[in-house]
Amino acid sequence: MGLLARRNLFHDKVRFAVTLTGIVFALVLIIIQFGLFLGFTTTTSNNIDHSNADLWVVFHGVGYFDTGRNFSERKFYQVLSTPGVERAEKYMQAFARWKHPDGRVENVQVIGFHPGSGLGEPWNVVQGSVAGLMQEDSVIVDELYREKLGVAKIGDRVEIGDHRARVVGFTRGIRSFTTSPFVYAKFKNSLDYTNPESSEESTAYILVKAAEGVPAKELQERLRARLTDVDVYTTAEFSQKTRFYWMFTTGAGLAVLTAALMGLVVGIAVVAQTIYAATMDHIREYGTLKAMGATNRYLYRVLIEQAVWSAVLGYGMAMIVAHFIVQASEKGGAIILMPWSMSAGMLVLAVVMCVAAALVSINKVTRIDPAMVFRG
Amino acid sequence: MGRMQRETVIRAKGLSKIYREGTTELRALQEVDFEARAGELTLLMGPSGSGKTTLLSILGCILRASKGKLEVLGEDVTSLPEKELPRIRREAIGFVFQGFNLFPTLTAAENVAVALDVRGVRGATARKRGEELLGEVGLAQKAKSFPADLSGGQKQRVAIARALAGDPPILLADEPTAALDGTSGRAVIELLQRLARVYGRAVVMVTHDPRVLSFGDRIIHLEDGRIVREEASGPNAMQTPSIVRRYPAGPIVSYEVSV
Repeated sequence: MGLLARRNLFHDKVRFAVTLTGIVFALVLIIIQFGLFLGFTTTTSNNIDHSNADLWVVFHGVGYFDTGRNFSERKFYQVLSTPGVERAEKYMQAFARWKHPDGRVENVQVIGFHPGSGLGEPWNVVQGSVAGLMQEDSVIVDELYREKLGVAKIGDRVEIGDHRARVVGFTRGIRSFTTSPFVYAKFKNSLDYTNPESSEESTAYILVKAAEGVPAKELQERLRARLTDVDVYTTAEFSQKTRFYWMFTTGAGLAVLTAALMGLVVGIAVVAQTIYAATMDHIREYGTLKAMGATNRYLYRVLIEQAVWSAVLGYGMAMIVAHFIVQASEKGGAIILMPWSMSAGMLVLAVVMCVAAALVSINKVTRIDPAMVFRG
Repeated sequence: MGRMQRETVIRAKGLSKIYREGTTELRALQEVDFEARAGELTLLMGPSGSGKTTLLSILGCILRASKGKLEVLGEDVTSLPEKELPRIRREAIGFVFQGFNLFPTLTAAENVAVALDVRGVRGATARKRGEELLGEVGLAQKAKSFPADLSGGQKQRVAIARALAGDPPILLADEPTAALDGTSGRAVIELLQRLARVYGRAVVMVTHDPRVLSFGDRIIHLEDGRIVREEASGPNAMQTPSIVRRYPAGPIVSYEVSV
């Protein structure tokens, strides 16, 4: 049975190549779309997830990270005086105009935080250090955006919102979903860059670290009870809200998921067509097997074994192609993520896709009249 | 291997097959009584559309009769559910086809091994048995050849080896010599005759081929779905008590069956 399945599958090399191409195409398309989805999702909430905070205090009604709205720093002191709070820091996110050394202008997202606090700091700093931001008018940007921002090295000077700034460090792999690069600065400078008129006595977010032994949920309830006009989220909740907003409210996520679904449908169609054509080519052999006393179950196993072989080989090739695409994406503006769970899931999906495709042929084989073997 | 008793392995009584298409009825078989006995080569002859292949399909439990009773190795198959029929085919019957119906992607030995695989015999046992069977049909040296590299006669002998895989007491052959030249056809019919006479199998063969007539122990003529004549011929006609009893008049006896 296994031998017949394999020989029939591999016998027509052109057809088998078409089958594999279909599977590889479908799987790579699905991997890229899901990988982009995961990459986008992770990107939207990167700063929240790496904040090292337990809770986020945001202006009431702010649904996601990129629309922070300032509120009085009185709240900040209320937070600090709440039992169970180990540390709290003001945190800022706002758009600003970045002027290249050569005069061109880019939109950037300025992130203001308190360097050395351990809360809301940039991560993956590969050149310079976060401590460098203690100096006045200094910023850290990601090396991905060197060209876009017109800076090449530490010490390069630019203007942000008509304020001078100097690059003191580079991070690696911190992308911005809005395509406006993140620019990290100390809290005071971030206000200068984004809204010089705003008072230092305001903040867009308060990052809270719970004291040891105090559950974040419990502290969240305490803060909610004390503070008015603001929302208090756990880091996971705020991350989730931000991800949900970008992925589903804007339709960005639906677009990539729809493309992934299309990949699945195209994959099933291509594989079904090729397995069906191969089955029809060998239909007389299936009739002969039936005449010889093979049960339908036996024939199903031949077809399913062919489907599984196609799936496993197609999967292997798709993973090689996907690996190169994922690697290439690391240097691009949109990261494609392929965690091991997705790789494993793709194998299951490939097998399900191919077996589902084989069902069309199984239906055909079930209906074979073994008496056909006696006809010419 | 010896099944020298002349026991009846297939017993059919009043078999009819009616094909219906809309309001049209085609009576392919009408009230046919038939017996196949171990050790005999029975030839089914008749013009196209006379019902030979329909009868062979019903005897092989591939097709259901519309009416009548069929016993294979003493088991009433007419009352068996559909899903039991593959078991009867595996246990009792081997098929040989006009077009060979070999699997082109498998070698000769693998073609035989597939028939064993269907019966649950796998691995080294299947390979060894496959080679033995090819040896029995004189093709041991062609075990690794693909069907495309075999002559028509060799293909049909591989098909016969495959039909023997389940060691079935019954062999049903549909015009096995039609596509073969004289020499190959003779080799195949001699093989089928030997399988009947020496190995005691009941061989039933549909044929148009006048070259094979002298090899049959019985020749049954069909027309319009009915048996119109039965002849006994060959040495078995004299040696087989049951045939002698039924056809006492000599080596070649013809008589009209009431229709």
